[in-house]
Amino acid sequence: MNLLLEIGAEEIPDWMLAGALEYLGTAVGDLLKAHQLGDASIRTDATPRRLVVRAEGVIAQQPDSEERVWGPARTAPPAAIGGFAKKQGLDPDQLEILSDGKAEKYSCIRKTAGRAASAILAASLPELVLKTPFPKSMYWTVKGGPRFIRPIRWIVALLDDTVIPFQIAGIPAGNQSSGHRKLGAARFPVTYENYEQKLRENFVILSASEREARIRAVPTKYKCDNDLLQTLVNLTEWPTPITGTFDPEFLDLPKEVLTTVMRHHQKYFSVETPDGNLAPQFVAVTNTDGDPEGLIRHGNERVLRARFNDARFFWETDQKRKLTDRVRDLANVMFQAQLGSYLEKTRRLVSLVDELGHDRHAARAALLCKADLTTELVKEFTELQGVIGGLYASAQGEPEEVALAIYDHYKPESMEDSIPRTHAGQLLSIADKLDTLRGCFRVGLIPSGSKDPFALRRAAQGIVKILVEGKLRLPIQSLSEGSLQLEEFLAERIRHYFREIRGFKYDEVNAVLAKGWNDLVDVEERLEAVRAVRPTEDFEPLASSFKRIRNILKQAQFEGTGDSLNEQLLELGPESELYEKFMATREAWRLMSGHRAKLEQIASLRPHVDRFFDKILVNAPNPVVRQNRLTLLHAMLAEFSTIADFSEIVTNSPEIKGQTE
Amino acid sequence: MSETPTFQEIVFRLKQYWSDRGCIVQEPFDVEVGAGTSCPETFLRALGPKPYRTAYVQPSRRPADGRYGDNPNRLYKHMQLQVLLKPTPADVIEQYMGSLEAIGIDLRKHDLKLEEDNWENPSLGAWGVGWQVMLDGLEITQFTYFQQCGGIDLELVPAEITYGLERLTAFLQGVDSVYDIEWTRGVKYRDVRYADELQYSVYNFELADISTLWKLFEIHEAEARRLLDLYKDYSDKHRFPLLAAYDHVLKCSNLFNTLDARGAISVTERVGVIGRIRKQAVGVAEAWVDATTQEHAA
Repeated sequence: MNLLLEIGAEEIPDWMLAGALEYLGTAVGDLLKAHQLGDASIRTDATPRRLVVRAEGVIAQQPDSEERVWGPARTAPPAAIGGFAKKQGLDPDQLEILSDGKAEKYSCIRKTAGRAASAILAASLPELVLKTPFPKSMYWTVKGGPRFIRPIRWIVALLDDTVIPFQIAGIPAGNQSSGHRKLGAARFPVTYENYEQKLRENFVILSASEREARIRAVPTKYKCDNDLLQTLVNLTEWPTPITGTFDPEFLDLPKEVLTTVMRHHQKYFSVETPDGNLAPQFVAVTNTDGDPEGLIRHGNERVLRARFNDARFFWETDQKRKLTDRVRDLANVMFQAQLGSYLEKTRRLVSLVDELGHDRHAARAALLCKADLTTELVKEFTELQGVIGGLYASAQGEPEEVALAIYDHYKPESMEDSIPRTHAGQLLSIADKLDTLRGCFRVGLIPSGSKDPFALRRAAQGIVKILVEGKLRLPIQSLSEGSLQLEEFLAERIRHYFREIRGFKYDEVNAVLAKGWNDLVDVEERLEAVRAVRPTEDFEPLASSFKRIRNILKQAQFEGTGDSLNEQLLELGPESELYEKFMATREAWRLMSGHRAKLEQIASLRPHVDRFFDKILVNAPNPVVRQNRLTLLHAMLAEFSTIADFSEIVTNSPEIKGQTE
Repeated sequence: MSETPTFQEIVFRLKQYWSDRGCIVQEPFDVEVGAGTSCPETFLRALGPKPYRTAYVQPSRRPADGRYGDNPNRLYKHMQLQVLLKPTPADVIEQYMGSLEAIGIDLRKHDLKLEEDNWENPSLGAWGVGWQVMLDGLEITQFTYFQQCGGIDLELVPAEITYGLERLTAFLQGVDSVYDIEWTRGVKYRDVRYADELQYSVYNFELADISTLWKLFEIHEAEARRLLDLYKDYSDKHRFPLLAAYDHVLKCSNLFNTLDARGAISVTERVGVIGRIRKQAVGVAEAWVDATTQEHAA
């Protein structure tokens, strides 16, 4: 049989459809399997007003099942036996006597008739549907009533052509679906077979990929932004793209402003000319079957015109006062009550940029970078802070390096975002984020759990990304101004960056960071080296040996005596050979520059280390010999652990057997 | 539709439309508010188990949005048509769409979308989920299912429909500036409202005395608090002037908005001041629920 489940709701937020479908598809499939109703093939679809699950090949009836039931022991009084038989609906002489392996007992086979799929689904679907996880749900009837993302208004639940009888939030399941709000019928009957066709007749395209194809089919060549495209696919049941135009005079405004208005405020695609400039056109996606009179186009053009006019008005007003003159107005813009105004922040930025690297463009940019906060355009389009400042700087004759540094100084805004393009921009961005971090940590505004109102994690993450990807050799530990909390916060972001963003294994990151992380460019190089050498056969066993060395030293509470090693005390054979190999490797290291070559070099120590542990008792009875051996191990560990602390590497190879400590 | 409706005709038709659907048509509330939601007709009536339906126009003051009458789309004081349907009828969106048809919008020829937009007013401890209604790319209505008012889960979920009357009229009349809206035949919006926009912008941005506003804020806050303190031991609850206490909360809210427009409130202070208003609003809401419950029991 085939199952059709359609939850009809009021408009579900576009970005929540995918998650809901994923849950529903899995949950329905699992339900069918759990009740032996078959391994049906599941298909899910959604429009803003419906979540749909279809399952093909549902078994109509669970198979009957048999189960052996054990009753009282053979020796039980007749009353007990009679009671058992009665409970099973049998006469006592219909019972069998069998051994359950321990004793002889009365017993029988109980047959359970399989339940109909329809009954099982009717019993389970309401709870299953209401359990759909949504980021923010609501109730719409009375307090304590059912919760869903938006009110449920109809339900179609069919097994082939028969309605599955249940209700959710007082809405009985039926065979009546609903069409497009304006173009379709409010209610019409469907069957499993004609469902998609009936929807189509009522101006609902169920398939998201078909809706996407309709949006893509517009003759105007627009700039495809996949996130926006998906939003529009999930906002429409019958998408029809239309192309509108705007007055080319608006093209005098910065492209960034125009595209932000179109993309973020109006959900329009912008259009480019063949040479990559912005064309005075846009593509809007309507939820209709067309716009024969051009009314919708006209309306959208009018809205866009009003928005562009606003932007132009702001742009022109803002130009009347230069950024240089606006800096002093920042005294009236509060950065944070305990950390003062943006004017105070600006002063700190200027000196911080100077501290980080004497770059006159960065210094100039630091002075001007926050001035755009006083402009009308930024008040209107806050997401363009920085960008607007950069554009104004450029229009006001500041050097290009200064303008670019201002333009980029909020970057990276996410881990996917790129870092500032110029050195000055990178310095400024680091200074800006660092100032926020230092200030907030100083006054105790430290993120805890999910609470991070000043986005300090993102700021710290941004610094790490810029240092690594911009190859800036700035000492990050000293940036934390002696605050151990901030230092640990930065360390956590460094670990996060290398693990989650760069995909290094957690033990590699621990091993490398254990040997210092003040220079992140160096950290990255060391990590690359460890990653490169790790698959070689000698590496992990060697790491195990290093771990063992560390344990031995720890147990012996040996921290180095300062005395040098006495070569005379070395036992000829594995011990002296290890020593010689150690000295040779150390010498080779002196001449090498790359971390990777060095690691390969020490990997070659492995057979010597193995043999040493195999044959030599560190814990020698003679305390002088013991001391000497510990000194050797200690020297090796210290010498070769500068790239990474290998004892942090998690290995599968067992520690070398032999000696027990 | 023979002739494009004027501003006031749109108001008449919407009021008539909702009156036909069982709404009590109220007149604007007489204490300054930032939105129709803040009026007791919505904020307090949403509380408790009693069904209620109302519609009213509410002039809404947003000091920071003033533009000296220069900006064609932004106003210090705009008009909202506020509809509260408690409980929410199952066909509420169809009813809403009907109201657009009633003012002359043929929805078959236009593009209507409901885009997620959750509403929240932290200073009233109120929030809900819903949409902004987009008509041909223009936001014309805010639609909200209330979930909490004054920090209290609502017994019956109301739907709140808030129309932006100037925008809607500009759309219908095809004008680019709200000041060109025809209020009634031969009279433009500019003729009626320009002076308000100019003078209040000057006041809010230039002449309002910050220390006086703070004093007023504290006076109203103290009076609201004093009343709420008296409520606990007041024997005859249904006589108790909670509505008067609420007026003082609304005064605080408007003073806060004016101070904010004046640039007198920093980012961190903001949270604290909002908390102070919220505290009184929650106090009123809780007492209101208490008083109405006792009334029901009696």
